[in-house]
Amino acid sequence: MKRRDVVRTLCVLSGSAAVGRDLRGRSKVARAAEVAPPSKTVIEPFEEPMAVLVDTTKCIGCRMCELACANENGLAEPPAKVDFSVPRKADETQWTVVNQYETSKGTVSIKTQCFHCLSPACASACLTKAMYKTSSGPVIWRGNKCMGCRYCMVSCPFDVPKFEYFSANPKIQKCQMCFERLSEGEVPACVSGCPAGALTFGPRSAMLEEGHKRIWSEPDEYVHSIWGEQEAGGTSWLYLSAVPFGEIGLRTDVGTEPYPALTKEFLYAVPFVLTLVPPLLLGISEATKRRDAGQEEEA
Amino acid sequence: MNTITSLHSDSRSGARRFARFFISELRPKGRLLTPFNLISGALVLTTIVLLVIRFTGGLGTITNLSQEVPWGLWIGFDVVTGVALAGGAYVITFMVYILRIEKYEPIVRVTVLNGFLAYVFYAGALLLDLGRPWNVINPIIGNSFGFSSVLFLVAWHFLLYMMAELLEFSPVIAEWAGWPKMRRRLHALTLGAVVLGISLSILHQSGLGALYLMARGKIHPLWYSEFIPVLFLVSSVFAGLSMVMIEGTISHKVFRDRVGKPLREGHDAIVIGLARICAGTMFAYLGLQVITFVHQGRAQWMGTGWGSWYLFEIIGLTLLPAIGFVIGAQRRNPAWIRAAAVFALLGVIINRLNVTVIGFQSNIPVRYVPSWQEIVVTLGVISAEIWVFRWVVNRMPVLDYHIPSRKRESGDSRVVTAA
Repeated sequence: MKRRDVVRTLCVLSGSAAVGRDLRGRSKVARAAEVAPPSKTVIEPFEEPMAVLVDTTKCIGCRMCELACANENGLAEPPAKVDFSVPRKADETQWTVVNQYETSKGTVSIKTQCFHCLSPACASACLTKAMYKTSSGPVIWRGNKCMGCRYCMVSCPFDVPKFEYFSANPKIQKCQMCFERLSEGEVPACVSGCPAGALTFGPRSAMLEEGHKRIWSEPDEYVHSIWGEQEAGGTSWLYLSAVPFGEIGLRTDVGTEPYPALTKEFLYAVPFVLTLVPPLLLGISEATKRRDAGQEEEA
Repeated sequence: MNTITSLHSDSRSGARRFARFFISELRPKGRLLTPFNLISGALVLTTIVLLVIRFTGGLGTITNLSQEVPWGLWIGFDVVTGVALAGGAYVITFMVYILRIEKYEPIVRVTVLNGFLAYVFYAGALLLDLGRPWNVINPIIGNSFGFSSVLFLVAWHFLLYMMAELLEFSPVIAEWAGWPKMRRRLHALTLGAVVLGISLSILHQSGLGALYLMARGKIHPLWYSEFIPVLFLVSSVFAGLSMVMIEGTISHKVFRDRVGKPLREGHDAIVIGLARICAGTMFAYLGLQVITFVHQGRAQWMGTGWGSWYLFEIIGLTLLPAIGFVIGAQRRNPAWIRAAAVFALLGVIINRLNVTVIGFQSNIPVRYVPSWQEIVVTLGVISAEIWVFRWVVNRMPVLDYHIPSRKRESGDSRVVTAA
């Protein structure tokens, strides 16, 4: 039974390795899918994920997005007044927060939430696929699968997933990018709730084009790059800013490599170790056995 | 302990007899009100109360875990460190069953028992840490396989390894219960279990390090590197063997009357041999640490307090114990070796805690410090493990077994080859 499991794990692991490599050809993906479901940490090659473009030069800090988010997702109503001098973090009761930063170009307001990475560390860390990258873009959490190990929290470079530490039935709380609204063809609640036009929703490639267009047409207004185009392998939330991104609380030290790549080499080594080590051990054991027998014959 | 040796022709009466035997064996031996029993009993009782609070009110009621530090002492010490210290089982079984070094045979049973119990209790401690433990079945029954997760690999390996260890130990249970036929059958499976166990150990000892690869930027650069898996694997060898030596020394004192002749006579030679292996592995490990040091550009941290702490771990608790092992092995002095083993073990514990707790999220405003409840639960788990260990050692032929007559076994195999 154990051996069968090992073999099955081997097959599926090598199968998913093949999926990772042959993303170009659809038939190969389909064939590999018979062995294992394709890894959802990698976005499907022919489907376009949706994205939100955040133009922080337009954000007025009204926090209507916080309210829209709370209403849509049944969360506690956000506090009426907040102290902007201390940057807040989205937590288990509030999936999005607006912060204000004093910068070289005056006060800048910025909405933050889960950035919905294209290759999310949390989803690749999840051993039950409770954290799941949907093909439309959102990274969602599925409570019926989650066992509450919190490895997603350890892995997320942005410390986004939050855990209910004071509940006997704790949930992981984070922005779901209004996954259900998206599947009904609607835009996320915060986007529709924004009165300042700071949030734009659409296919990710179109949002990148829109962002670059704004930078191109008003080169003095913006830093000449889009945060989220490359960060951590690319995210579904894209940010335009007048000041360097580090000044408005966005992480600039996450690199451009997808986080799951950090464990990929280790995981690829697993089937090889499981294939090569047992025969090696059996071989050594056989060799030492013969020597024993030989000695006994001599004696 | 072969009190029941009669073969049971009638299986039903055999089962009844075994049940009676088992119940009689459940009765404690020796005095009950010893200082150790009182302290460990109090710890286990407190642990049970704390766990009731934890499972009704949530993890936050008894732990200091936070949104920034979701894994604390229970994962960092109980699981990651505990499993490294249980690494002796795969090393000793490799030497005894694969390399067939007879010298180490007298300690193989106690080491496997220790390894098995360590996995049951310390990997089992993982369950206490789960927020939604009722879903723990998901990655096992296969309705949701997260193949891209290192934790998926580690969880499966824990499960399979526990079974392999139980299989390796099962002949001892059969001897105790007086089932010679069953013992032969189970013994035939040992080599397979050993091969599987070693392969799994290589992967999950390194896998425990690989768990933290995605926490880049959260672990202090003196302890984060892409080589964590290799470093964890290599250090598990001498961590496990140091534990074997220390545990052996304690067992010899506590279970003096249970220690059989082969172990009593061979113990010094075994300890000296293990010290040599430890020294060799530790120098290899230090070589890897030097490579990592250069590769990660760690020199820039050397002036800081973190740098001193790092050097304390590498020089004070790895290099010096390695030298201690060399001297102890040369002078054939078990006292030197035991001291070296204690410091080497401390070095591995500090190393694992540096990765998982001390150096984890080291620049957040509110640092994680384990709560007293977390520490008590950890001690309670260890106490419970010692109880079970003591129960088994006092009843089954673990320390006092005589090497099963090799002649007869090899004779058997010759008959098989001839047939």
